Amino acid sequence: MTHRLDDDSMSAKALFFAGAKRCIPVCIAAGPFGALFGALAVESGMSIFEAVLMSATIFAGASQMVGVDLFGQTIPAWVIVLSIFAVNFRHVLYSASIGRHLRHWTTLQRIIGFHFLIDPQYAEAEGRLERGGKIDFAWYMGLAIPVWLFWVFITWIGAIFGNLLEDSYTYGIDFLLPIYFLGLVMGFRKRSFWLPVVGISAIAAVIAYETVGSPWHVSIGATAGVLLAAFFSPQAKGENSDGIELKEDLS
Amino acid sequence: MMSSIIWIILAGAALTYLTRIGGHLVLSRFDRIHPRVQAGLDAVPAAVLTTIVAPAVYNGGPAEWIAICVAAIAGLYLSLLPMVAIGTLAIILARMAIG
Repeated sequence: MTHRLDDDSMSAKALFFAGAKRCIPVCIAAGPFGALFGALAVESGMSIFEAVLMSATIFAGASQMVGVDLFGQTIPAWVIVLSIFAVNFRHVLYSASIGRHLRHWTTLQRIIGFHFLIDPQYAEAEGRLERGGKIDFAWYMGLAIPVWLFWVFITWIGAIFGNLLEDSYTYGIDFLLPIYFLGLVMGFRKRSFWLPVVGISAIAAVIAYETVGSPWHVSIGATAGVLLAAFFSPQAKGENSDGIELKEDLS
Repeated sequence: MMSSIIWIILAGAALTYLTRIGGHLVLSRFDRIHPRVQAGLDAVPAAVLTTIVAPAVYNGGPAEWIAICVAAIAGLYLSLLPMVAIGTLAIILARMAIG
């Protein structure tokens, strides 16, 4: 605590704008995916309103893409909901980790604030803590609100363009999501035990797909990968961790 | 009556909100998280997303296999957006070439 940022002397308005300044790189990085989501959502049969509603309420790109991917197939509603939940489950770790630094927030501030706890919001908040700052509600919402508004807006733009797209096969649009998901999977490749998890999930998913059938390949494949990590990864044996260091911080 | 898509969206949103507030409400009450639980939780996103990619690749033909390989190689060196762009270009070209 020796080199704190001078938050305490800043007004709520100044803090809000300090947070808002950090929104630009986040919007630039997320924008294309918001537009892509909007376009694919409409392509898969959702209305523009539904696509925008999904962005506003779920506000988590990867899980929204999963939802859209599964809408296109004949899959029971609860399986789609469960898949969205599974993809978003990582937020539990962010929430537990950042929550320890939000004890000065009111209950209402927490109820509102946690809705906006997306990956870059978490990363920015952790970064601010690392630099000796504290997470004021005004600063947090200064970042969260512009990003959320932009995400909803760009979804709407993408959905309008999605209405104009035709012939998704020629343009490879039907294969865009697998490529996108592969990219997300590869984004985790620095995590310990990544390759065994991906390998066993892929094999289990294909076997389940052939035997039990869709949509069970999602839950069966994912369970296989998660169990493998829980029982056999070096991290599970307590050797080292490059995940969120809840354990060390809390003990 | 609201369409089932609206209900799926709202249920997905409610559960997503639970993941965002739930860690704070539940996980923070424990002094420590068992390493197995943390390892399992860490593996969740890669495991789930893999199960969505795998059948698409398995069901594809040579054009899809070429495109996914090109995308994977691109993914080793590039961030998500250029990787998706290259992968998309690859699938368009491969389908034009192979049909």
